[in-house]
Amino acid sequence: MKNSSHVASNLSVTPSAADALERAGFSRRSFIKGTGALIVGFSMGGVLLSPEIRAQFGGAEAPPDSPPAGEVDSWIAIASDSSVTAYTGKEELGQGMSTAQIQLVAEELCVPFHRVNLIAADTSITPDQGVTSGSQSSPANFNHANLAGACATAREALLQLGSNHLSIPASDLVAVDGTIRSKADASKKVTYGELVAGKKFALKVDPNAKRKPASEWTVLGKPMPRPDMPAMVTGQFEFAHNVRVPGMLHGMVVRPGAVGAHVMSVDESSVAGMPGLVKVVVKKDFVGVVAEKPWQAAQIARKLKVTWSPAPELPKFDTFYDHLRNQKPTRDTMLVDSKDVDEKLGEAASVVKATYYHPYQMHGSVGSSCAVADVQGDKATVWSPTQGVWHQRDSLVLLLGLKPENVRVIFRRGSGCYGLNGADAVTFDAALLSQAVGKPVRVQLTRQDEMAWENYGFAFVIDERTGVDAQGNIIAWDHEGWSPVLGNRPGYKNPGNVITGFLAGFEPEEFRPRSPAPEPRNFSNNSNAIPSYVAGHVGGADHGAGRIKSERALLHNVVSPFWTGPLRSPQRLQNTFAHESFMDEIAAHVKADPVEFRLRHLTDSRLSDCVKAAAKAANWETRPSPNPRVRQGGIARGRGISCVAYEGNNGYAAMVAEVEVELATGKVSVKRLMIANDAGPISNPDGLRNQCEGGALQGMSRALGEEVTWDDHNVTSIDWTSYHSLPLGFDVPKVEVVLLNRPDEEATGAGETAITVVAGAIGNAIFDATGARIRQVPFTAERVKAALTS
Amino acid sequence: MSALTLKVNGKVHNFADIDPTTPLLYVLSGELALRGPKFGCGLGQCGSCTVLVKGQAVRSCITPVETVQGVDITTLEGIGTIEKPHPLQKAFIDEQAAQCGFCLNAVILTAKALLDKSPKADEKQIQQGMSRVLCRCFTHVRMLRAVEKARQEMAR
Repeated sequence: MKNSSHVASNLSVTPSAADALERAGFSRRSFIKGTGALIVGFSMGGVLLSPEIRAQFGGAEAPPDSPPAGEVDSWIAIASDSSVTAYTGKEELGQGMSTAQIQLVAEELCVPFHRVNLIAADTSITPDQGVTSGSQSSPANFNHANLAGACATAREALLQLGSNHLSIPASDLVAVDGTIRSKADASKKVTYGELVAGKKFALKVDPNAKRKPASEWTVLGKPMPRPDMPAMVTGQFEFAHNVRVPGMLHGMVVRPGAVGAHVMSVDESSVAGMPGLVKVVVKKDFVGVVAEKPWQAAQIARKLKVTWSPAPELPKFDTFYDHLRNQKPTRDTMLVDSKDVDEKLGEAASVVKATYYHPYQMHGSVGSSCAVADVQGDKATVWSPTQGVWHQRDSLVLLLGLKPENVRVIFRRGSGCYGLNGADAVTFDAALLSQAVGKPVRVQLTRQDEMAWENYGFAFVIDERTGVDAQGNIIAWDHEGWSPVLGNRPGYKNPGNVITGFLAGFEPEEFRPRSPAPEPRNFSNNSNAIPSYVAGHVGGADHGAGRIKSERALLHNVVSPFWTGPLRSPQRLQNTFAHESFMDEIAAHVKADPVEFRLRHLTDSRLSDCVKAAAKAANWETRPSPNPRVRQGGIARGRGISCVAYEGNNGYAAMVAEVEVELATGKVSVKRLMIANDAGPISNPDGLRNQCEGGALQGMSRALGEEVTWDDHNVTSIDWTSYHSLPLGFDVPKVEVVLLNRPDEEATGAGETAITVVAGAIGNAIFDATGARIRQVPFTAERVKAALTS
Repeated sequence: MSALTLKVNGKVHNFADIDPTTPLLYVLSGELALRGPKFGCGLGQCGSCTVLVKGQAVRSCITPVETVQGVDITTLEGIGTIEKPHPLQKAFIDEQAAQCGFCLNAVILTAKALLDKSPKADEKQIQQGMSRVLCRCFTHVRMLRAVEKARQEMAR
């Protein structure tokens, strides 16, 4: 009876679950009595439980650190009414992650959707899952570990408990609607509440616990409506902006007069006696004011006289891309190198070359960032829309000089961030001001401070070069990119990675020059610097999505004059714009149809399937570009395709764009966008469609209009007249989404695939329509017109 | 500082001591703790702070509170509730027309003012009417669909 496989078969618990139970402190002998039921009560007192977990559920003082991710109880708690509270480190940012996670919990635990309460991202009560970003939430929580694993482990344990309670073998039981009941006789049942009733599972998350197969899903895979919608549309929803704490004061910050300027002096007398003034706060180059009311704080901040040191001139906007390419020192990274690229290019029947340019773009949240901090004595609590509450907590520890166990960060949803917007910086602002006055302080940035000082999405210059053989096939691909970086997410130890931390005296993470680049040891295509069409041969094996054997991808990072950070599909979007535009150029060069030409060079069937599905949805006409048809009425029409294997294997998408170009002005109108998307098994098809639609149009806005601009000393794109986001009322194209469901694959990212392919698809459609190739984002009318007349 | 009276969602609020130049938004979200109107830009560019003043969509972030004394001000909270949503609110739920939801206040109230004035607005007129509203999640497709759906419902 001590044989674990025997235990497993008897109990319908996987061997590793049995191991996990044993590790959790259960004697194997205690599993097996009489009918083979699990004789494990949940009332075993504190023996199996850490004080932290006990405190979490007992309502005692919050534990000093996040509950361990390896424990089921860190993720799941079942109340006496059989309702479920789930704890997650992955946040709702507007992408629908809460809804999908509730679906997951409801599905795996067999409880109704509305009986699940989800608590997300609170450093004191939810497991540390790092940052909600990078299309990692679905892979993290919807496969076998973490939330999915905890739910599956808990369901298996509930079946065992039910077996014990009902004296029926677990194999004859089923979990339905929060009860365990006999398959043969539905009247023989016991509720989860009766089995558990607020007590602990005291189990390790078992990664081998059996997930419910997608074929049996009744909640997952369905277009469940978002539970937050009714409160949002009626003005009841609490955003971070709506958090109110008793005794709360209001802060505003005063950012430097120029990039790189330092505080020379602050003249407090300039605001003396102004209504509501509580304090002027200066910490190195950080300057802020605290007042009783927000309007008072705004007026005081505007009036406060601060003298800033002269700052060095910024690189010239007009020649920035040349500057970028020539800047030293560099940090070089080789992603793939077959060592024969130059040789193969020499042998090629023809060589095609092009250079692509992508500007800095901003997250540009519609609501400027806002946070509330309550720092009193040696304790701090903050309510923050940060994407990483644990990063924020550890950064605050450094910034405020407090102990980690005394700092609690609670996530509250902000305005959509799409990456690292001003959320982290404004949380630091609120914390510094609160610490200075010893009272809770709310800060919301001005529009200008949000836009002038956020961590922008990366600018890029990209050289592409390929060799083509006599049959028109690509035989070698050479990619070389230049991109500026400064700062990043604060991470666990770099508050200086965003503006506030830097102003308060912390350095951004160090730029470490490195040239030449070391040999690539492991394959990583997180940046999509490696085109989809090459073999990706690293470490003795092919990891890429394509056939081309002769390959090189090299990145040079240089120091940026502005803060940079991950903006939705960081690097992947810029590199994919270059690869997909270039693929189109090569196809035109060899007079091949752009779809057929892509398929010819791909080996990854999931990516090929997306390309085919998008082409089918668009009723793609097979022919080379440009469109030979006569233009009518000064309007040229065309279509273009683009695709990506996001990060190499974390989601797949292809898009066909149909555009009209007004030849007299260069104005581009996008008429239709057809997207085919594969994210593995679909958790919520409506949520996924929403992500694809939003990604498509956000990508379109970025492709057509968005660009950070600056003069000698300051960013000049500081509001919605100087930074060009497509408003709600523009001529919105038809957007069609084809979802490729893959129930037997692992869950992949889904929020950044569609946006990644838009610029390529639109640029290729412009070329198809006009024969003019636009190699620089954004595709403004002036730029298109210039290309048409050149 | 002065005393003034505001009429918000049918309720009268007296303020004894308030800077009359304070933007209306600060009073609504600060003093009255309303969550509908939001600070987005403070420049009247994005629409996040939209309220209805005598039925017209007005940007409360640039509207001094003294200029709207005593007139009917309606916020997102004032047009419907979770239990009894306005047709626009219901259409936005039905169409799941949001991502982060921050801009919903702007979108729904701007649409309401538009449809109340032009119940037969066509697609072009709706687009025109929404052309100064910003949604950075780009939920445009669903939002415009929801507005049209509500228009039909409201016209019945």
